[in-house]
Amino acid sequence: MADTHTMDIKRIRADFPVLDVEVKPGVKLVYLDSGATSQKPVQVIERMNQYYRAENANIHRGVHKLAEQATEDYEGARGKIAKFINAAKSKEIVFTRNATESVNLVAHTWGRSNLQAGDVVVLTEMEHHANLVPWQMLANERGIRLEFIPVTEGGVLDMSALPGLLELKPKLVSFTAMSNVLGTITPVAEIVKAAHAAGALAMVDGAQSVPHLPTDVQALDIDFLVFSSHKMLGPTGLGVLYGKEALLEAMPPFMGGGDMIKRVKLREFSTAGVPHKFEAGTPAIAEVIGLGAAVDYLNEIGMEAIAAHDRELTAYALERLEEVPGVWIFGPGIEHKSSNASFTLKGAHPHDVAEILNRHGVATRAGHHCAMPVHEKFGVPATTRASFYLYNTKEEIDTLVEALYQVKEIFK
Amino acid sequence: MDDLYRELIIDRYQNPRFSGTLDPHTHSYEDDNPVCGDHIRIDLRVDDKDVVTEAKFTGEGCSISQASADLLMEKITGMPVAEVRTLAKQDILDLLGIELGPVRLKCALLSLKVLKGGVYGLDEVMSLDELAES
Repeated sequence: MADTHTMDIKRIRADFPVLDVEVKPGVKLVYLDSGATSQKPVQVIERMNQYYRAENANIHRGVHKLAEQATEDYEGARGKIAKFINAAKSKEIVFTRNATESVNLVAHTWGRSNLQAGDVVVLTEMEHHANLVPWQMLANERGIRLEFIPVTEGGVLDMSALPGLLELKPKLVSFTAMSNVLGTITPVAEIVKAAHAAGALAMVDGAQSVPHLPTDVQALDIDFLVFSSHKMLGPTGLGVLYGKEALLEAMPPFMGGGDMIKRVKLREFSTAGVPHKFEAGTPAIAEVIGLGAAVDYLNEIGMEAIAAHDRELTAYALERLEEVPGVWIFGPGIEHKSSNASFTLKGAHPHDVAEILNRHGVATRAGHHCAMPVHEKFGVPATTRASFYLYNTKEEIDTLVEALYQVKEIFK
Repeated sequence: MDDLYRELIIDRYQNPRFSGTLDPHTHSYEDDNPVCGDHIRIDLRVDDKDVVTEAKFTGEGCSISQASADLLMEKITGMPVAEVRTLAKQDILDLLGIELGPVRLKCALLSLKVLKGGVYGLDEVMSLDELAES
């Protein structure tokens, strides 16, 4: 397969210091676990380093030089992130601890002020626990009803079930744009449109999609989008919630404390405007600035090019894995997926597979990948997942496949 | 290739000697390793002299968890319950004959945790974390 895009992988790899690590003498790291967390380019690491070395100050209200600079950089990063997903306004970007917290924020604030017993929330059978458990908690607490768009045998959403689910007049349809296990890319525009036509809001879990595919919240008319910094070259400890301004304005605050208020008296408070209403306490300032640098980096390479690269690698991985006798690949074919390949190998448990791959320097993940229901659906307790990003190469996939033959040798 | 996948472990994983259930049994207990989803159930027959006469396991999991369960069933067959209660982490490591890192140690100890749950009853069972540090 010829390269169909113009990314200079060699140059990109040189930006990621960790890719030079040897997991043991003479065995170089082959990092195929970006679905769990991506590696960080030196531009992000250095930007955060610079903040702590020369710019560290708390944001907002400080009048000294560093505080002003830190505030400008923090809010500047918010602007970059808004632009990255084509949000209409910077204030529609709320910073949280992770994508999980972003879902919880919506469930707590929007959910508690809009959902009553018997109200329906539609999810899908392929959700990460992060977009499942918060809604289960709300179901336990106030009796909302959860319904699920089924997953087909082929590992895609059964869209024929959607009209029937929408007849239940759900208040919200919340779904992943890209499954972290199956790699399935879901028809976001179609689901959002159908949800809106039925009077429901649409929330998208973009933890996997935002790092790998161009995202345009206005074109897709998404009401809420959650994603995570650390899966898109940024630091850990930082998640993002995008929400349409009017929705965020109408929602009660999440956590109380400093920064989220306008005025406080001994027995009462009034809230700040969005997004600060949802950002109580000192936020992850260095991390936000780091994510801003990550977004600059992704923009420089171009999300279209990254999407094409990830897809090409995924196609190659599926092709190579299919050659290995005993390998069963989880999820749909390349026409519906990108960025990861989860599989089982006959006769070897996924943990043993991952452990032996590790001996060849190949970092993968084994388990249920925080998506137990979809594993149960397909009758496998666990899979081994190889996931790809802009710095990965076909040679690394070759190393994965060679190492799989070593696994077969041990478990023959 | 290396110690972790020595012949003994692969053999016990692929051809367990003590796999199955016991009906009737005097003790039955099952549990998971929540980190990886490994699952083991152990059935015992303990006679009126408080000796384990038969032990069987069923389960789902990696080679380490399944091989250690099989080896453990072999070890406790014919053993007085009082002695079963004294089994500890090191006994499992001795059975396997390998060193284990912190993650795989929990795979290895799952069967011991289930066994202790079955013998002691639910309340006094150590967590996998506590067993790993014992």
